[in-house]
Amino acid sequence: MADLRATLEKLSNEFGPSGHEKAVRALIKTEIEGLVDRVEVDALGNLIAFKAGAGPEPRLKLMVSAHMDEIGFMVLQIEKSGLVRFGRVGGLDGRMLLSKRVVVGDDKTPGIIGLKPHHLTADDEDERVPDLNDLAIDLGAEDDKAAGGKVKVGDYGTFATRFTVLSEDPAWPTVRGKAFDDRAGCTALIGLLAERYPVDLYAVFTVQEEVGLRGARVAGYRVAPDAAIALEGTVCDDTPKAPDEDVSPVTRLGAGPAVTLMDRSMVSHPGMVRLMQDAAAAEGIAIQYKQPALGGTDSGAIHLTRAGVPAVTVAVPCRYIHSPASILNLNDLADTVKLVAAALKRVDGSYLMREA
Amino acid sequence: MDKTEIGKLLKQLVEVDGPSGVEAPVAAVVQALAKDLAQEARVDALGSVILRKPGAEKPGGRIMLAAHMDEIGLIVTKVEGGFLHVGQVGDAVARGLPGQEVTVYPTGPGAEKYPHGLTGYIGGRPPHMLTNDERKKVTPLGDLRVDLGLASAEMVRVGDRAVVRGPYTELLGGRVATKALDNRASVTAMLGALGYLAGMKHDWDVFAVATVQEEVGLFGALTSAFGVAPDIAIAIDVTFGATPGLSETLTVAMDKGPAIGWGPNLHPGIVKRLREAGDALEIPYVNEPIPGGSGTDGWAIQVTREGIPTGLTSIPVRYMHSPVEMVALADIDRTARLLATFISRLDATVLAKLPEEV
Repeated sequence: MADLRATLEKLSNEFGPSGHEKAVRALIKTEIEGLVDRVEVDALGNLIAFKAGAGPEPRLKLMVSAHMDEIGFMVLQIEKSGLVRFGRVGGLDGRMLLSKRVVVGDDKTPGIIGLKPHHLTADDEDERVPDLNDLAIDLGAEDDKAAGGKVKVGDYGTFATRFTVLSEDPAWPTVRGKAFDDRAGCTALIGLLAERYPVDLYAVFTVQEEVGLRGARVAGYRVAPDAAIALEGTVCDDTPKAPDEDVSPVTRLGAGPAVTLMDRSMVSHPGMVRLMQDAAAAEGIAIQYKQPALGGTDSGAIHLTRAGVPAVTVAVPCRYIHSPASILNLNDLADTVKLVAAALKRVDGSYLMREA
Repeated sequence: MDKTEIGKLLKQLVEVDGPSGVEAPVAAVVQALAKDLAQEARVDALGSVILRKPGAEKPGGRIMLAAHMDEIGLIVTKVEGGFLHVGQVGDAVARGLPGQEVTVYPTGPGAEKYPHGLTGYIGGRPPHMLTNDERKKVTPLGDLRVDLGLASAEMVRVGDRAVVRGPYTELLGGRVATKALDNRASVTAMLGALGYLAGMKHDWDVFAVATVQEEVGLFGALTSAFGVAPDIAIAIDVTFGATPGLSETLTVAMDKGPAIGWGPNLHPGIVKRLREAGDALEIPYVNEPIPGGSGTDGWAIQVTREGIPTGLTSIPVRYMHSPVEMVALADIDRTARLLATFISRLDATVLAKLPEEV
């Protein structure tokens, strides 16, 4: 668990919006060296690691993936005033942009997204989330020349959030950081590589999930697996609600790995769901099901690869994803590793069939 | 005293938390930083720190400088598991709160284990769960929750205070973004002025007051001005620095020096001498017309006892009342030098002239 936390901290603090996953990839490559037999980087930047199975041939080929990219923004224009206008990379939540610290470009130049003072805003303006077009990153530069020395059009940026431990209680160990969607999945996938499994394992760290599951699609084609498991950091909405408010929490923090039955990108393969249920029961791991019909994951692209791939998504619940920081429970993360490791040991052809 | 020292003072002053009513940690930092800058220090009944730097004339005039050391913050209104409901201390704006990290200062059972406070996060419902309309609406403060990430929070009590984190961040162009520039930028300028005065001759006694509870009603200024009973006073505060999307009429240019206030709150004779000090120094300053209440400690001080001729210098700060308030360090330094020069030019004749200048 200490290892998982240390890995998550490193990954969370690293810089990697969709299309610019280079630094995260380099970090993961270092982390998994010695744990895998072979590592490749494909045309889009996916990191594909191979770990041969220990079981007798013919062996099943399993692809377990997690995406390296995170939501962020891109510099679109530097105004004469020195203000930097930006666009969304992925599903950046407009409500979360006001009065924030950000870093821009590979040098991580600090900037802020400011907010007009309350004293000088109209009442209705105070109640409305501003359009992205009305926001800008302020580097402190007095004009475009001063700003242009440090930041250029096309540079990527992220929130300046740093990883923090919130609770050391072994029954409820929580941490906070940015990009848990999906550095939590990357951390679990790295954790899985500590062991060798009966099956051939392709551990794939994908790119560009947040802009449309782009990396997983081509990685799925290249690996052509018999079955696939995507590891995610997923929506958790378990803040206390008013008693009469009928809101399902999607997932709950600390209630174990969340298995997806259906989301906007796919209907999970029933055999793969059963594999997770069986593995959880055998290992005594509590699991939960993500509320159906929300979000999409790399599984959505992978299950449609070639002639189709049995797939499922297993996720670590994260409060406040797509905001500057998320909160997760390390027990959920550790149990995700345990659950998927057990599944990789248990999986056989019977789980990949559909009942007639 | 110089510009680099100003930056160091500011950093130490913004890093300590002190929402209105619980300024004691800030008061301790102010007193420590002022150790070599003033001859006397005392704390009054409401908590304001009153520093005294005696002048060369005995008896000379008495000038009070006032810079408030409290900041806006949050107050716990309900504890629900590991989540806190909060209300405002001063003008904490709901719009900028989602996605912020906060420090909560617990006082309940077991609180002694958290001398540096608890870390919290203000999140929101996941956007995935909301309609398009809901995503465009600002969540009211009453619906926001501070998530401590804990299973339960028995160490937190209703009434405990919290402050949004806004670390000292150096930007381009000698500018800095941090929380609490309102009004630690001015506390910095006030201490900086004492530092500059160390190398200058001044006849008048200087009472430099770090006031409390400005953000909730100018209360510290009211009582400390009564206690000091100065002949004249200067309030030091921040004003709206030029801000993207706001008219120039409503704001003051950044990095063009302090704003010297003008209007019914401010004595024309004091304003004139502040401008003369700026001219003598050849530092830039901006005239800021204020047609009514200045919303600063100066508003309370002016009507203390039998009335006190009051002036106001303001440091332009962009994005006021947010954790990313921005300032040009040069403006703080210019304010410090302006105040020191103004004070050094006060002589025995000033008090007799002021009534004719109003």
